[in-house]
Amino acid sequence: MKGNKVSIIGSRGTKRRSEMIAGKIFVICAFFAVLSVASITIYMIINGTPALMKVGIIDILFNSDWSPASSNPSYGILYVIFTSILGTTFAILIGVPIGVLTAVFLAEVSSKRLAAVVKPAVELLAGIPSVIYGLLGLMILNPLMYQLELAIFKNSKTHQFTGGANLISAVLVLAVMILPTVINISESSLRAVPEHLKSASLGVGASKIQTIFKVQIPAAKSGIITAVVLGVGRAIGEAMAISLVAGSSVNFPLPFNSVRFLTTAIVSEMGYAADTHREVLFTIGLVLFLFIMMINIILTKVLRKRDESDG
Amino acid sequence: MDDRYCSIMNKNKRMSDKIIYVLICISAAVSVFLLAGIIYYVFMKGIRSVNWNFLTTVTSARNGTTGIAGNIVNTLYIIIITLLIATPVGIGSAIYLNEYAKPGRLVRLIEFTTETLAGIPSIIFGLFGMVFFGITFGFGYSVITGALTLTLMILPLITRNTQEALKTVPESYRSGALGLGTTKWHMIRSILLPSAMPGIITGVILAIGRIVGESAALLFTAGSGYYLPKNGQFFNKLFESGGTLTVQLYLSMSKGQYDIAFGIAVVLLLIVLLINVITKLLTGRFDVSRKDLA
Repeated sequence: MKGNKVSIIGSRGTKRRSEMIAGKIFVICAFFAVLSVASITIYMIINGTPALMKVGIIDILFNSDWSPASSNPSYGILYVIFTSILGTTFAILIGVPIGVLTAVFLAEVSSKRLAAVVKPAVELLAGIPSVIYGLLGLMILNPLMYQLELAIFKNSKTHQFTGGANLISAVLVLAVMILPTVINISESSLRAVPEHLKSASLGVGASKIQTIFKVQIPAAKSGIITAVVLGVGRAIGEAMAISLVAGSSVNFPLPFNSVRFLTTAIVSEMGYAADTHREVLFTIGLVLFLFIMMINIILTKVLRKRDESDG
Repeated sequence: MDDRYCSIMNKNKRMSDKIIYVLICISAAVSVFLLAGIIYYVFMKGIRSVNWNFLTTVTSARNGTTGIAGNIVNTLYIIIITLLIATPVGIGSAIYLNEYAKPGRLVRLIEFTTETLAGIPSIIFGLFGMVFFGITFGFGYSVITGALTLTLMILPLITRNTQEALKTVPESYRSGALGLGTTKWHMIRSILLPSAMPGIITGVILAIGRIVGESAALLFTAGSGYYLPKNGQFFNKLFESGGTLTVQLYLSMSKGQYDIAFGIAVVLLLIVLLINVITKLLTGRFDVSRKDLA
């Protein structure tokens, strides 16, 4: 750099001082993340627990009747919790196989030129805002589901028609949304598998597919588990994409029921909720937060194990 | 296993291999077709709504206009303020983790919390921002509440990208600079940061993408106002409610105004495409470690 005279003789005092200040500032910056997580945790607990005390833990967590607006309000979120768990599970069951196979394609099967098409497509999918997924789910999936619904429940008298806004639609949207996460992480873990394992397997006469499924995927196991865990986190926390697609009544999560997730319950009612109702929504937030913290702790465990086995 | 007598002469025998191979190809095609389908559908439905008026006016019953100018301005406001706070803090944190800290409890704690922050869903950030910045700090539904909330959200992204970028700077640069007698901070400022700049910029651009696409964290923090800042009062806008493009898209969608919704979707997709192209160009061009090899 021009005009920037540095001398090792002069100005030691100022230099030492600026060194010290710089070091301090970096420590403060680094603690920002710690502070944020701490205050988020504290605030979620402060705002989420009053309702638990007021309404009763059992009446909220283990009660399935959600009618906050009636004269004798009931705030059971059991079905909402079920929906989130079930919806996430099915999204994972659909998204992970497709994602892992795509990762195999990118890392092992495809030619460079094909990968140059698939890889950017995956990256773009990751960048599309979740509201757009929601819009497309609403405009494309829901009408399709409605057709299906009409066909299946033609003679049923008890079924409440939902216009296609149901659990299946939401699960499909979620499955698409976790694809990029699963693909990217599985791919990089497949690529990290040492070349000699592959050569050894091919050398003893295993076919390419056998090598991939019996050697490379098991070797990349912890990376793929990481991908699944991150996918779970993404699916359980997604709100805007599914808030309209899933319908908006609290029901037991059957495939063709209009359902409400933990996230969508907050989104759709926070705008007008007041008093106890509002506090219960924060309790829902707290439940979601606990799920996410659990997932995060599992994730760190998995990652640490992987680091140890690598080292 | 029944096919014990496998021979390299007739290796095309295995049926299951072929089936799995086809499945692999189908899976890979899913992503490509999804993307193509999404882009095609959105453009087909939305391109009619996008015109000069749509981009430069504000929806108003009195003037008979439908437009998203206010939302575009709000989005810009939030991007700029968020980055102004998050970039220095994120870079500082990465420098600490990479250059100063010695491995141990503290680093593990900072890395765990950064990881956690990245994993917290945006709706939780929204709730937190609403109570913390909105009520405790008294900012209410305003642009500044939204921007502060998003700061927490994109911090891990910038920290991690800067860390990665710093890791690609060869150790020889550091020893060289220190050997010439520079102090640590001087070395970081004049050698490390310039070398890591492309990586840092990539992180910032990714963060912009994240901010543009975010909606759940903003709905209850920045609110849904869609007016332009009043003439000469650009600073006041910070404390007024301001919905971004995504929030407006969500609101239009729930009101059944699908023309507007798809119009906004087209604009958003264009921004996402642009951001993707820029990141591609940056990561390809300025990788220090690769330049070193060449």
